[in-house]
Amino acid sequence: MRDGGVRAELGDEKLVEMLRLMFRIRRFEEKLARLFKRGKLPGFVHLYIGEEAVAVGACSALKREDRITSTHRGHGHVIAKGAEVRRMMAELLGKVDGYCRGKGGSMHTVDFGLGVMGTNGIVGGGIPIAVGSAWGDKQLGRDYVTVSFFGDGASNQGVFFESMNLAAIWKLPVIFMCENNGYTEWTATEKLTAGDISDRGRAFGIPSARVDGNDVLAVNEAVAEAVRLARAGGGPSLIEAKTYRWHGHNEGEEVFSGKYRPEEEMAEWREKDPIAALGARLTEWGVMGADDVARVDAEETRRVEEALEFAQQSPFPDPEEALAHLFYGERPGLQKEVLGG
Amino acid sequence: MAEERSIYFIKAMYEGLRDAMREDETVVVIGEDVDRSIIGATRGLIEEFGDERVKNTPISEATFVGACIGAAAAGMRPVVDLMVGSFFYVSMDQVANQAAKLPYMSGGQVSLPIVYFTASGPSGSAAAQHSENPHPMLMNVAGLKVVMPGSPRDAKGLMHAAIKDPNPVVFFQDAVLGGTRGPVPDGPYQIPLGEAEVKREGEDVTVVAIGALVNRALRVADKLKNEGVSVEVVDPRTLVPLDKKTILDSVRKTGRLVVCDNARITCSAASEVAAIVSEEAFDSLKAAPRRVAWEDVPVPFSPVLEKRVLVDDEKISAAIRSTLATATV
Ligand SMILES: Cc1ncc(C[n+]2csc(CCOP(=O)(O)OP(=O)(O)O)c2C)c(N)n1
Repeated sequence: MRDGGVRAELGDEKLVEMLRLMFRIRRFEEKLARLFKRGKLPGFVHLYIGEEAVAVGACSALKREDRITSTHRGHGHVIAKGAEVRRMMAELLGKVDGYCRGKGGSMHTVDFGLGVMGTNGIVGGGIPIAVGSAWGDKQLGRDYVTVSFFGDGASNQGVFFESMNLAAIWKLPVIFMCENNGYTEWTATEKLTAGDISDRGRAFGIPSARVDGNDVLAVNEAVAEAVRLARAGGGPSLIEAKTYRWHGHNEGEEVFSGKYRPEEEMAEWREKDPIAALGARLTEWGVMGADDVARVDAEETRRVEEALEFAQQSPFPDPEEALAHLFYGERPGLQKEVLGG
Repeated sequence: MAEERSIYFIKAMYEGLRDAMREDETVVVIGEDVDRSIIGATRGLIEEFGDERVKNTPISEATFVGACIGAAAAGMRPVVDLMVGSFFYVSMDQVANQAAKLPYMSGGQVSLPIVYFTASGPSGSAAAQHSENPHPMLMNVAGLKVVMPGSPRDAKGLMHAAIKDPNPVVFFQDAVLGGTRGPVPDGPYQIPLGEAEVKREGEDVTVVAIGALVNRALRVADKLKNEGVSVEVVDPRTLVPLDKKTILDSVRKTGRLVVCDNARITCSAASEVAAIVSEEAFDSLKAAPRRVAWEDVPVPFSPVLEKRVLVDDEKISAAIRSTLATATV
């Protein structure tokens, strides 16, 4: 366990904020799990519970102007980057107050104001986009950084290798943030992925690190280091964070997936709960008392309740909006024109 | 508009690119060997704009096509030379799932000013993998604008306009047109996307022709004139958005339609135009619309096989004659 050096560096306020964000993600997703069970959530949903330390550790090392690309398991990244859960909830329910006015949903939540360039339904799809975002910033003389979150499964996509190569030769301020949660859908990572993912960066001359993905401060430290390098013009980094997802690949998987993870393994990782670990550390350091931890949790639980109420009250978009936003700056109704209606 | 000279199509594209780059320093050009440029449209740019704005990429189509999305979102106007039309297949996730959909899925939050241009279509025994014209596939994606000019003048003005457009635009340079010449104004100008042009007026039949087939259609029209047939030739220039009005107005005047498309006939742009006209101008038709497009096979290598599959002057004139032979309804 880390000592007070980290405390001094981050400051108590930030540490509490990191704990708060982790609670926010956890409670938000628990709510989603319940909604899904009751058939109240359109589409399908992939939960991030258990992995909160990666998103929060990484995004806490970023400025608001920095950008991220995310994955099909992206709620945590979006919340950690500063999203309001009520607008996320509205998006997930397909309502007009959602971040994308109900056009994106869980796997395509976008908010450019927060630097969220999109969660993504295509595994690996966000990686080249992050490279381009970093390229754009470099070209325009900004010192922004882009973090691309992706899974161990995505690390086998060709674009990952292409992107590392391009980022390395162009020295782009991009951080490849691999969340290795041990599984690619229902298959253990080691059956699908050769060697260590972090070693793949070294082949391109990219500084690479492996961190405990359940230790939010370790993740933060590694990302902060990569951010410093990137802002100083030092180019890309690769970080592999080892973690675990508590829930299924997607909610409702039980109907077809069968049992694919040993009970002991799941229990072992629940013991390593990243939120409890940070809470314990902060109380041990005297940053906050146990009752403060409980209070933060209660506040975030309430926030999620309010988010759901907000989302339920938000109206559905006008069906005609389905025809809007195809091309920027143009009026809706293109299809109607084409059909001459 | 300033003085005109006769220049090559490829040079016209270059001038459109150059003018847009002079006007706006966020315009950057990337692609494989774009400094030297085997096709030629980007040749000379690096001398004027340097290697930060004219960048060679590794052979990683999916990644540099996708990187343009991030760069555009960050405030750049990236232009990609994809070299050969079939290379779109290598990068389809980034083109179709990402670039085309992000503005829509975000509920209109972002504009992605990107141009993907490429030489495409058969260029003479280039065989199947280097003869594709994937514009029908991309027209179907939704979220991409698709441009396919038939003359150097249009190429220059449309390139400039495509770069200024806030949306992802795919710009096809029909490969056989690259080395053709035509009058092109000297100074910068733009031709709006989505505006067709009547290239030749006529009374008896409308021929909608796309890309390199515009010249063929004009040639056929010249020949048929001697037989007393008056052909109107319409070049859509932009396939998405399609200028339906100009096409429909022409068909309402002539009552007959032949559509010529350098693509496999199934789900071609020709099919789309024929369907629109059938739906919206049925009453004015004196004969069924005819499509002249490729046979539904990959483009073969041997010259005799290739000729069998592709569109030529004879196929166009045969289609025109057959619509004229149809009894008036
Ligand atoms: C290109 C593509 N292939 C397959 C899928 C189906 N799919 C969705 S999530 C997933 C597993 C991704 O695993 P990983 O990258 O490790 O992320 P994790 O789910 O573990 O967070 C797959 C195969 C997809 N969405 N996109």
